Amino acid sequence: MSNSFVVASAKLTNAVGLHARPSVKLTQLAKSFASDLEVALAPDGPWLDAKSPVKIMRVKASRGTVLHFRARGADAAAAVASAIQLVERRFDEEDEAAAGNARG
Amino acid sequence: MRRTRRQRGTRVGDLRIKGRRASPGFAAGEVAVLPRNAAARVPTGDPAQEASALERAMKAAASELAELARRTQGEESDIIGFQLALLSDAALFEPAIAAIKNSESADHAWSSVLDREIADYEAAEDEYFRARAGDFKDIRDRVLTHLTGAQVTAPRSGAILVADDLPPSRFLAIDWSRGGAILLTGGSASSHVAMLARSRGVPMIVGLGGGVATLTGEVLVDAGAGEVIASPSEEERRRFEAKQRVDLHFASEAATLRDKPAVTRDGTAIAVHLNISDPDELVSLDPIVCDGIGLVRTEFLFHTRRGLPDEETQFRVYRRIASWAGGKPVTIRTLDAGGDKPVEGLTFEGESNPFLGVRGIRLSLARPNVFRVQLRALARAAMHGNVRIMLPMITIPDEIAAARAMLDQEVRSLVAAGIPARRPPIGIMVEVPAVAIAIDLYDTEFYSIGSNDLTQYVTAAGRDVAAVADLADASHPAIMRLIERVARHGRERKQEVCLCGDIGGDAETIPSLLRAGLRSLSVPPAMLARAKAAIAAVDLRVVQPTIVSLRP
Repeated sequence: MSNSFVVASAKLTNAVGLHARPSVKLTQLAKSFASDLEVALAPDGPWLDAKSPVKIMRVKASRGTVLHFRARGADAAAAVASAIQLVERRFDEEDEAAAGNARG
Repeated sequence: MRRTRRQRGTRVGDLRIKGRRASPGFAAGEVAVLPRNAAARVPTGDPAQEASALERAMKAAASELAELARRTQGEESDIIGFQLALLSDAALFEPAIAAIKNSESADHAWSSVLDREIADYEAAEDEYFRARAGDFKDIRDRVLTHLTGAQVTAPRSGAILVADDLPPSRFLAIDWSRGGAILLTGGSASSHVAMLARSRGVPMIVGLGGGVATLTGEVLVDAGAGEVIASPSEEERRRFEAKQRVDLHFASEAATLRDKPAVTRDGTAIAVHLNISDPDELVSLDPIVCDGIGLVRTEFLFHTRRGLPDEETQFRVYRRIASWAGGKPVTIRTLDAGGDKPVEGLTFEGESNPFLGVRGIRLSLARPNVFRVQLRALARAAMHGNVRIMLPMITIPDEIAAARAMLDQEVRSLVAAGIPARRPPIGIMVEVPAVAIAIDLYDTEFYSIGSNDLTQYVTAAGRDVAAVADLADASHPAIMRLIERVARHGRERKQEVCLCGDIGGDAETIPSLLRAGLRSLSVPPAMLARAKAAIAAVDLRVVQPTIVSLRP
């Protein structure tokens, strides 16, 4: 197990930002990895546990915000890569978000 | 046609209460007031017992939510799933347990942790995040209910629910198959429960104020108009039912017309704009449905607990609306406080007749420091879209000149400071009879007829005085003749004349308005499709003497 962090960042481009449903998806993804995945709004932190929906929601990140991810542990690279992909796939819900009411 | 609606404020006489539309629709029925959560619990005094009591309550709440999630699907299931995720998060559990170890009772520890989160969301700038406070309250109360062992009784189906706020999980536990509606003293149109109500077609009004909690017996709910009628008379019931029928009639064809430009049967194009009181009303709308925004009320900005809004706050809101509209015109009305809309620390107190007192532009000119902040924010927002400034309650041309001079000064000062800004066009509301009668004396870039206030000033009958509300009839020939006069002036001077009062969205009055010469209307989003359907049914080639006599 390496002691160094895997780090990457991605911009929130989905219409609603890190709202309820995207936050839940992110935390569910984070929990599927053994490594501690963390998220921050700045490259130097403060870092928040990406497995905690309460903490993720507190960030209140809107569209256009750059999210920084870091992880340390056996599957750190996969955890960070998956998180970046989730953000870049707009949490798989852009069609619904564009339809308007799906702000959840 | 006689009607007694009004556009803003809260309490109308003894019979009508106005709030904000969260989900349109009609309902009639008995009110059922939901009690506040006030059960008491005697703590054991033992931290270990308190901790296990909290754990048990959280587990019970989680299994209830899991059961609800199984019974729901799509958006509903997502909302419950979100609450379940929060409830399972150690970020809530751990600080509560820490407080219990510090000798706090289980219920107190849990409430404190959740109240901190709730306060944080309530202070959020973004309406969406502010509305999440409701989810945290829902979780808090669900766990507290288990801690205290209180019984939650389900209201009977078909009831008109009255509450301070309604938790989403509670909404889902109610049988809506037999109709009903939701009336909230507080609440938000962006809350999860409002989304649920819209998707289920349950009429819902928010922001009705405390008066609604004292209602008993039968009420009529017109959620599209944000209005509750208590103890309705036979006449009111008849009108309500007629409106409901018109609504049904237009609903089907309106749906197909909503996204298309409005055209009369004879091919005359009519511009249809939106009235909004809150930028969140635009969230689920595509700009394609309208020709622009004909009225942005800015009073909502001045009713926060955080004092008067600063330039940056206003700028961001105006910019958001301007960006939404793309290049379409966005007509923003400067603060229209006073009258029935007091703003603490701003409006004049103790006026014997506030409707004839310091309101609208009169107040803005009396409080230039506040007005200048708004003008600066508007001039900055004008860089991001087709922003236009509209002055309410203009009575004499000098008021326009004074506002124009202040705007010019502020634009110069912004530009000198290197802040991007430009001077938006200035128009006026035509709502004081003097202006409508002598419209040629008012040199301005556009006009918008505020038919609600114009009607009450012309008929000398207040919309908020139940005993004379029937006299405040916007279809009185005097009003129609004034509208015709202003429309003709606009045509001759090639200046736009719009109408943004309630009658602009009224299917029964629209034919008269078009015959009076209006070619531009501004209506609330909920009325848009219906207004377009009403326009499509008008044939201007057919001459009808609609404005010469009083109807019975």
